[in-house]
Amino acid sequence: MEKESRHTAVVTIRNLYKKFGDNAVLNGFDMDLYDGENLVIMGKSGSGKSVMIKCLIGLEEHDSGSIQVMGKDIDDLDADELDELRTEIGFLFQGSALYDSMSVRENLEFPLRRHTKKFGKITDAEPLVMEALQSVGLTKAIDLMPDELSGGMKRRIALARTLILKPKIILYDEPTTGLDPITSKEIVQLMQSVQEEYKTSSIIITHDVDCARAIANRMILLIDGKNYAEGSFETLQKSTDPKIQAFFK
Amino acid sequence: MGNRSLLLVGITGFIIGLVFTLQSRPTLQEFGAVSWMPSMVGISIIREIGPIITALICAGRIGSGIGAELGSMRVTEQIDAMDVSGTNPFKYLVVTRILATTLMIPILVVLGDGIALYGSFLVENIKGQVSFQLYFNEVFGSLEFGDIIPSTVKSFFFGFAIGLVGCFKGYTCGKGTEGVGRAANSAVVYTSMLLFILDFLAVLISDIFYEL
Repeated sequence: MEKESRHTAVVTIRNLYKKFGDNAVLNGFDMDLYDGENLVIMGKSGSGKSVMIKCLIGLEEHDSGSIQVMGKDIDDLDADELDELRTEIGFLFQGSALYDSMSVRENLEFPLRRHTKKFGKITDAEPLVMEALQSVGLTKAIDLMPDELSGGMKRRIALARTLILKPKIILYDEPTTGLDPITSKEIVQLMQSVQEEYKTSSIIITHDVDCARAIANRMILLIDGKNYAEGSFETLQKSTDPKIQAFFK
Repeated sequence: MGNRSLLLVGITGFIIGLVFTLQSRPTLQEFGAVSWMPSMVGISIIREIGPIITALICAGRIGSGIGAELGSMRVTEQIDAMDVSGTNPFKYLVVTRILATTLMIPILVVLGDGIALYGSFLVENIKGQVSFQLYFNEVFGSLEFGDIIPSTVKSFFFGFAIGLVGCFKGYTCGKGTEGVGRAANSAVVYTSMLLFILDFLAVLISDIFYEL
């Protein structure tokens, strides 16, 4: 019922299978991400969460199944079309993945230089860089190098680099992993404010129950490569199923 | 990458020039053929020693550097981040590096050759009072296009091989720090082997041209 009241699905995954050798990571995974929602996906390490979002953005090839992003089947796209679609999808990597040979400014300018189709030829990237840095509250870090930043700052700058392309969908791969509880809370608040400001739809891969509680509109529990349970945080938390309860202990 | 390798290539070339001349001198003296020293050193360094030694040094310095750099970019997901941002990491990271090594190694070879010959001249000058002009007149007088062109052409191939193997090993690096270490190490090992194979092929091909 909740699904029907929402807007259209911006991401639809059906029957997704992915194997690495004999290890079947995804076993018929299904998922819909609706416009404007925060979908949290929880699962044990190695349950295929990260592989799933990498398949979604074309970093990993899936064995079978279909992935539709904003109405486009990613299997039908050529390299240029996939690159164009990627400008609509932001990806926050677990380790931030900032280019360590570039300053914060250059890290943020880098995607802009490559996407003249979306933004036209940019002669002065400074306003866009400053806007993205303002969104994450780190304008002072503009000329620092990545190795001069703390873990939390790196995560914020990585989010700013994601936001600079003004994506419609953001994929967060364990956004609070490796951070202290206070910084984790700040990152979660930042994710909420980003959603309000940029009206994005998000898929958040996490183990962090506090993060899920704060941000999830809906959750999927991934066990053995498929959806084991789906619902709101409160519904799943109240479940008496021991496999579901294990995530909330 | 070229300017940072210049000191190492220069020092190595200089020492090789010195040692080569010091080692060869007594034997040539025995046969009364010391006057052949500049020609022998010139041909040996330009045709063989200069290109292969410079390439091996660069395989150790540049090849391992490329392997480690791209490997660490792979394990820290920087290459994936580039992909996601719509930049083709192959063009941006690999093509540029292979192009740089292909163009820089021949320049380093020429500089290394020059410095090695100067080292050789110093020994001849000290031991045999040979002047700079006489020494280099003898060196260049003995060289032909058939000596210079094959060594220059093979230097381009050496540069290409250093960039290609370094990039391949880094780009396809395994997971974790162990993977980065292995990528850097195997970049040097495989490049060194490939350099000797290329050198052998270059000698075979240039021999065919000589016979023609």
